[in-house]
Amino acid sequence: MELVAIFISAILINNFVLYYFLGICPFLGVSKKIDSAFSMGLAVTFVMTITAVVSWVINHWILIPHELDYLKIVSFILVIASLVQLVEMFIRKISPPLYQALGIYLPLITTNCAIMGLALLAALRDYGFVEAVIFGFGSGLGFTLAIIIMAGIREQLDLAEVPEPLKGAVIALIVAGILALAFNGFIGMIK
Amino acid sequence: MMEVFVPVITMGILGLLFSLGLVFAFRKLRVYEDPKIEEVSEMLPQANCGACGYAGCRAFAEAVVKGETTPESCPVSDAEGVKQIAETLGVTAAEVVKKLARLHCRGTHEAAKDRGTYLGISTCDASHLVGGNKQCSYGCLHFGDCVRACPFDALYMSEEGLPVVIEDKCTACGKCVEACPRNLFELHPISQGIIVFCRSLDRGPVSRKVCKNACIACGICARACPEAIIIENNLAIITDYKKIDPEKIPEIEKCPTDSIGRLKKEDEG
Repeated sequence: MELVAIFISAILINNFVLYYFLGICPFLGVSKKIDSAFSMGLAVTFVMTITAVVSWVINHWILIPHELDYLKIVSFILVIASLVQLVEMFIRKISPPLYQALGIYLPLITTNCAIMGLALLAALRDYGFVEAVIFGFGSGLGFTLAIIIMAGIREQLDLAEVPEPLKGAVIALIVAGILALAFNGFIGMIK
Repeated sequence: MMEVFVPVITMGILGLLFSLGLVFAFRKLRVYEDPKIEEVSEMLPQANCGACGYAGCRAFAEAVVKGETTPESCPVSDAEGVKQIAETLGVTAAEVVKKLARLHCRGTHEAAKDRGTYLGISTCDASHLVGGNKQCSYGCLHFGDCVRACPFDALYMSEEGLPVVIEDKCTACGKCVEACPRNLFELHPISQGIIVFCRSLDRGPVSRKVCKNACIACGICARACPEAIIIENNLAIITDYKKIDPEKIPEIEKCPTDSIGRLKKEDEG
C-alpha cells in the first residue's frame, strides 16, 4: 500500500514539474509538439529510473558506510551525466530525427534539476531500494504526463487567437501556471 | 590523512567505472558520420552567424556535404576558404564577390542638427520609435545598434557619431542591415565605384536646413552621368551601378553637400 501511495503521489500529487517546479526548462522547451514531448518524457523517465537505482546503490553501499554524505551531490551528478550521455548515444543511433527534434534539450537533461531533485529527495526521505525505484519511475511518468498535457494544450493554442503581447513564451507560462493550479487540487488525496 | 584519501579514491573509482561504461557503450552505439562534415566544418569561419540560412556552421557543413547548398553560400568565408571547401568536396566554386557593408548616411553630430535632447533608452530602436533626436527623420540615430549587432567587431562608432566599417573585418554577413531601424545599411560589391550617402526624401531646402551632408536633389550628379543616376523623390538614386563610367566619377563628386562619393575610402582623391 505504501508503494502505491509513493507511486501515485510522484505522478499526480507531488508532480516534479507542477508541484516542485523542477525541470521547467525542458517542460517549456520541448512542449511544442506531442511527439517530441512524449519522447522527451520517455528519455527523462528512463534517466530518472536508472538514476534512482544507481544513486541508491552509491548512497547506501558507498557513501553512508564511509560517512561521505557530503559527496552526494557530486557523485549523483556523475551518475546523471553518464546516463544522459548514454541516452544521447542511444537515441542518436536509433532515431536521428528524434535526436534533431530534442536538440539541445537532450544533453540538457544533465542539468535538469528534476533528476537531481529526485536523487536528493530519495536520499533525504530515506527510501528503501524498491521505494526509491518506484519513486523514480513514478516521477518520470509524472514529468511525461505534465509535458504531454502541456504539449497538447500548446498544439491547440497554435490555432487559438492569442492577443499579440501574449504570444509565444508568455502564454506558455500562463498555461503552465494554470496547469500547476489544477494539479494542486490533488493535494490531500493521500495523507 | 584518511579523510582526504577516502573521498578522492571513491570519486576516482566511480568516475573510472562510469567512463569505462561510456566507452563500452560508445563502441556499440557509434553513429557513422561522413568525415567530410568535420573537415568542411573546420574550414568554415565558426562564427555561427546564421547568415547562410542554416542554424550554424556545423549545420551548413552538413548541408554542403549532402549537396543541399553550395560552398560559396557562406557569405563570411573569403574566396580562399570557399575554394578550399570546394576542393575538399571535388566541386567547382562560383566566383565570390567580396562585399562590404556601407552606411547610407553622413549625418555626423556636427552635420545633422539636433531636434532636442533624447534621454530615453539608448538604442536606435527605442529612439526611432519617438522619431530620433535629429531633425532629419531618415538619417543615422547614433546609438550603435549596428555596432552591437556586428558579430565580427567590424564596426565602431566614430567620434563624429557615425558607425564606421572596418573593411578588413567586414564579411558582409548582413547583421547590421537587419539591425538598423532606418535601413541605412546596404551590402555593396567592393568593385562598385560610387554610392549615395543619403536616404533623405525631404525636399531640397528642408534637407539642406537639417543636415549639411544631405542630398538636396540638385541634380549635378544626374547631369554628369544621366544613364546611371536619376533624381527621384528628392533623392539621387543610382539605378545601374555597372553603367557608371569611372571617368565621370570626378564630375559626379562635385556634389555640393558631399552626399555621393566613392565606396572605398582609400579611393578618394
